[in-house]
Amino acid sequence: MNALSVQNVSVYYAQHQALRNINLEIEEGAFLGILGPNGGGKSTLIKAIIGSVPYSGTIKIFGKEQNYAELGYMPQSSGLNREFPIDALEVCLGANLHKKWHFFYRYTKAMYDEAVEYLELFGIGHLAHRSITELSGGEFQKLLLARTLLTKPKLLLLDEPTANIDPQSSEHIFEVLAKFNKKMTIIMVTHDLSAIASCVKSIACLSQSLIYHGEPKLNAEILTKMYGCPVDLIAHGHPHRVLPYHVHDEESGECYEMDYSQCHEIHGHVHEGHCHGHAKE
Amino acid sequence: MFSALLEYQFLQNAFYIIVLSSIVCGIMSNLIIEKKMLMISGGLAHTAYGGIGLACLLGFNPMWGAFGFSLCSAFFIAYLHKKSHVSHDIFIALFWALGMALGIIFIGLVPSFTPNIESYLFGNLLAVSQADVWAMFFLSLLICLSVFAFYKDWQVFLFDEEFARLQGVAVNFYHYFLYVLVTCCIILLIRVVGIILVLALLSAPAASASLCSRHFKSRLFLSVFFSFLFSFLGLWLSYTLDISSGACIVVFAFCIYTLLLVVMRRRV
Repeated sequence: MNALSVQNVSVYYAQHQALRNINLEIEEGAFLGILGPNGGGKSTLIKAIIGSVPYSGTIKIFGKEQNYAELGYMPQSSGLNREFPIDALEVCLGANLHKKWHFFYRYTKAMYDEAVEYLELFGIGHLAHRSITELSGGEFQKLLLARTLLTKPKLLLLDEPTANIDPQSSEHIFEVLAKFNKKMTIIMVTHDLSAIASCVKSIACLSQSLIYHGEPKLNAEILTKMYGCPVDLIAHGHPHRVLPYHVHDEESGECYEMDYSQCHEIHGHVHEGHCHGHAKE
Repeated sequence: MFSALLEYQFLQNAFYIIVLSSIVCGIMSNLIIEKKMLMISGGLAHTAYGGIGLACLLGFNPMWGAFGFSLCSAFFIAYLHKKSHVSHDIFIALFWALGMALGIIFIGLVPSFTPNIESYLFGNLLAVSQADVWAMFFLSLLICLSVFAFYKDWQVFLFDEEFARLQGVAVNFYHYFLYVLVTCCIILLIRVVGIILVLALLSAPAASASLCSRHFKSRLFLSVFFSFLFSFLGLWLSYTLDISSGACIVVFAFCIYTLLLVVMRRRV
C-alpha cells in the first residue's frame, strides 16, 4: 500500500493558484525530498496533506482520506508563538496526547525518560528544563523535530527542518532521519541540497505543478523549469551553487554570471541568490 | 472597611464577587492573551451593549440581552476566525461598533425611560446581588474544572493548534468553548468593572504574571493573585472615597503592572 497518494490536487489562495493538478504516489518506506523555488507550493502541499488548507482532488494517507492519526508534522518554526510559557521538555511531552479526553492527565516517568532521550538524540537534552523563549532558532527547531519523532508517526512530514541549523548539526539530523526512515516514511521540504545528496531516496520538484518526481538526480532542464531561469551547472565537488547575480540571454538560452553593477544596469534590479545549479555527476 | 465588611450584605457580596472574579479573570486572561484574543474580548464586551439596549426596549433583564447578543457574536466571530481568509480584526471592529450603535438606537427608542446605562458601562461592584455571586461561583467552577482537568490539552492547544489537531485533541471544540467561556466571563465582569473597563481585567492579571514567571501553571495562579489584588484595592478605594469601583480597579491594575514592569526590567 502507498503511504501517500495525491491525486489531481489543486490549491487556491483567493485568486492565486498555489498548486496545480498535483499527482504523486509515495511508497511506504520512501524518503522524499521536495524541492522548489520560494512560492513554488512546497509548504502548501504539506499543508494540504495535513488538511490545514482547502484543496480540490484526493489525498489518501495509507489508503484512507483524512487519516491524520498516522501523520507526524513538523512546521516551519517561525509560525509558532515563541513567547509561550513552556519549557522544552513539556513541548516534547505533548507528543503523548492521543485521540482521547485527558481528564486530569499526568505524564508518566517512562514518558519523561523517553522525551529526554529524544532531546538527547539531537544534542539538546541539557536544555530540557529551559523555557522555549531562551532557546536559539536552531535549538527550537531541533526541539520540534524531537517532538514530532516522539509521536512515532507512520508518515513524517517535515517543513524545512534544517532551515536555522548549522551544517554540522544538519548532517547529524539527516543521519538520525535516515535511521528513523527504517520505521517510517518521510517527506521533507528543503532548500538544503546537501540533504538530497546525503539521505533522500527520491525527490519531487514543485513549481506550482509537479515538474519532476524520481531519483535524486537533477539536470539542467528540470532546474530551469523549476526555478524559471537557466541554471549554470558547475561540477566543483558540491551538489549545487548559487549565482549571486545573473542575466538570462533570451536568444541563446544561456545564463551568465555578472557583478552587481552589471545586473542592476540590465534589469533595473538585482537578482540575488536566484539561480541554483547542480553538479553534473 | 473591614468592620463594615462584616456588617453590610452589599459589601460581603462585593467581596465574594472579587474573590470569584479573580479566579475567573486570572485564568481566562492567560488563555485570552496566549490565544491573542484580547481584541476579540473587547469586541464582545462592546457588542453586549446592543443586547442591553434591546433588553431595555423589550423590557427583560439587560444581562440576558447582553449574554444573548455577545454569545451570538462570539459564535459568528469564532466561525469566521476559523473559516474566513479575511482578517478577523475587521469583523471584530465591525461588531465592536455595531454593538454600541445598536445599543444607542435601542435605548433611544425606549419611550419615556432612561435606564441607568452608566452602571453597565463602568460597573458597580457595590450593587451586585446574591444572584450575581452565585452566577460568578458557577462560572469560576466551570472554568477551574475545564482548565485544570484538561490542562495538558489546553497547553498544547494554546501553544501549537496544528500539532494538537494532528494529535487528536478536539481543537474545534476547544476553539468554540473558549469563545463561550470568554463571553460568560465578560458578561459577569460587566457587573464588576463594566463594558468599557472589562479589557483591563482580562489583560492586566496575565500581563503582570508574565513578568514574574515563565511557566504557564504558575502564571495561572499568579494571575489569580494579581487579579484579587487589583480588585480588593479598587474596592477599598471605591468604598473609602465613594467613587466608581470599576475605575479604581483599572487604575490599580495599571499602576501595579507598570511598577512590576519597572522592577522586573531592572532585575533583568
